[in-house]
Amino acid sequence: MSGVLVVLEQRAGTWNKMSFEALAAGQQLAAELGVGLSAAVVGEGLQALGGWSSSGKVDAAYAVEHALLKEYTADGYVAALEQLVKKVAPAYVVFPHTYQVRDFAPALATRFWQVLISDVVAIHDGPVFVRQLLQGKLNADYKQTGAGPCFVSVQAGSFRAAEAEVAVAMETFAPALEASQIRNKPGELFRESAQTVDLSVAPVIVSVGRGIGEQENIGLVEELAAALGAELAASRPICDNGWLPMERQVGSSGQTVSPKLYLAVGISGAIQHLVGMKGSKAVIAINKDENAPIFEVADYGVVGDLFEVVPALTKAVREAKG
Amino acid sequence: MKILVAIKQVPERDAQIHVAADGKWIDESDLNYTINEPDAYALEEALQLKEKNGGEVVVVCAGPERVTSTLREALAKGADRAIHIEADDLGERDTLGVAQILADAMKAESPDLILTGLQSDDLGLGQTGVVLAELLGMPHATLIMHVEVTGSGLKVKRELEDGWFQHVEMPLPALLTIQSGGNKLRYATLMGIKKAKTKETKTVTPSAAAGAQAIALERVYLPEKQKKTEMLTGSPAEVAAKIVEKLKFEVRVI
Repeated sequence: MSGVLVVLEQRAGTWNKMSFEALAAGQQLAAELGVGLSAAVVGEGLQALGGWSSSGKVDAAYAVEHALLKEYTADGYVAALEQLVKKVAPAYVVFPHTYQVRDFAPALATRFWQVLISDVVAIHDGPVFVRQLLQGKLNADYKQTGAGPCFVSVQAGSFRAAEAEVAVAMETFAPALEASQIRNKPGELFRESAQTVDLSVAPVIVSVGRGIGEQENIGLVEELAAALGAELAASRPICDNGWLPMERQVGSSGQTVSPKLYLAVGISGAIQHLVGMKGSKAVIAINKDENAPIFEVADYGVVGDLFEVVPALTKAVREAKG
Repeated sequence: MKILVAIKQVPERDAQIHVAADGKWIDESDLNYTINEPDAYALEEALQLKEKNGGEVVVVCAGPERVTSTLREALAKGADRAIHIEADDLGERDTLGVAQILADAMKAESPDLILTGLQSDDLGLGQTGVVLAELLGMPHATLIMHVEVTGSGLKVKRELEDGWFQHVEMPLPALLTIQSGGNKLRYATLMGIKKAKTKETKTVTPSAAAGAQAIALERVYLPEKQKKTEMLTGSPAEVAAKIVEKLKFEVRVI
């Protein structure tokens, strides 16, 4: 058992770009260990997928093909990948930490009596897998202690995507699957409503989190956003509570933004939120907890009571704009 | 319909976290604990399903004596019964080890449906539910926003990335991990708190001692800053003036 196998993700013939970040993580791991790197993708009609390898560093590639894999199901993916992992016998299996992977990879790991080391943000010599605990307040080093293949998923934005240049011919791997093995019936993908707010193009965003406490207090942040000519955004709990519409949510389940300025008010900065706003050019954070993870990515930080700082800032911005 | 809800007790979000002296976990001495928030959404979904379809809601939690406070809170919100898997050694069990003791306690109940949160606020591995389903041989679906009981099983709404959703139909018994935001969380009423005192909490001991782990948490530590953060201090007015300076001359948005 040796080598690194990266499982890439596609849906309806389109790559999930996080796949190439996982590929980069796999390359790093394979280089560190001095072992080979292979890659796999699951579905139907995969040979039609465009170039995907990375500078010829991938030794082998597998198209895991079956009519029953046309649509994603956990049962289909687990059964197919179990067979592929047994054939390839890698020491490490690396996934992008997508919603799809979260759905099936833990079950796949269980088939091998292993535990998925999920949401990894860095890989150090050892190999040691770094992931976050307690909403990003702490980092933790994990190591595999089991004897089987080690399953790892990689957090979005943690590895620079490997370049997709050289196409390596994919070897077709046809798993044995029966329709009766697949218990779930997936339906069509849909969106609730047309997104009317495109936060991805906003140059200035004022974003509000749990620290705001009550719905009535949102107005305070709204005023600051208005003074700055900014779009108003929020972290997930604010939208879950219905205080702002879901379409204003920034994070892994919301929109990804990259404004000139991201002003985070009362946002602690859990990993799911940071994923959506890490690309901001400048980040200012106002939070009462000096250890809040948001300060790890902020250019300017204010440890203080937002109910005092925000009104003062709104006033100062209005005066500055005259 | 018999619904089991796997819940976890975790440190409160506002808790000041300190690394323990051995650097392997956090100092637990001064922490306050609460229900893992995603699990609170799972409990809410279970209570609403019971209100619509009848049946029973049983909450299950593994952990030391202190987790009984979280079980009592779940009973006060409307769960019918509680099962406490008494285990002081959860730190020596990885996801598979914890899922195994949950699976053993749940098997005896022959549930129609098992619900749990999509991940925990402390470890955040996001897989106990999926592993549990695999151990119990049940179909599962994750990140669920809405559950509908149909003639033949369930129709659920899964959240995908980028504002996409998908309906999935599945047979029972099944396991779902619940995403936040599908429902509003309820508070325990005074009446609920009174009633909870008369409800049954069964204590069971884990079927197996903690064994060899597949993965080990070697070290916990404060994250290194990714950026050099300039902290702005002073009175609110002073801080505001400093921010405006930055907005004018460095960030250049004013």
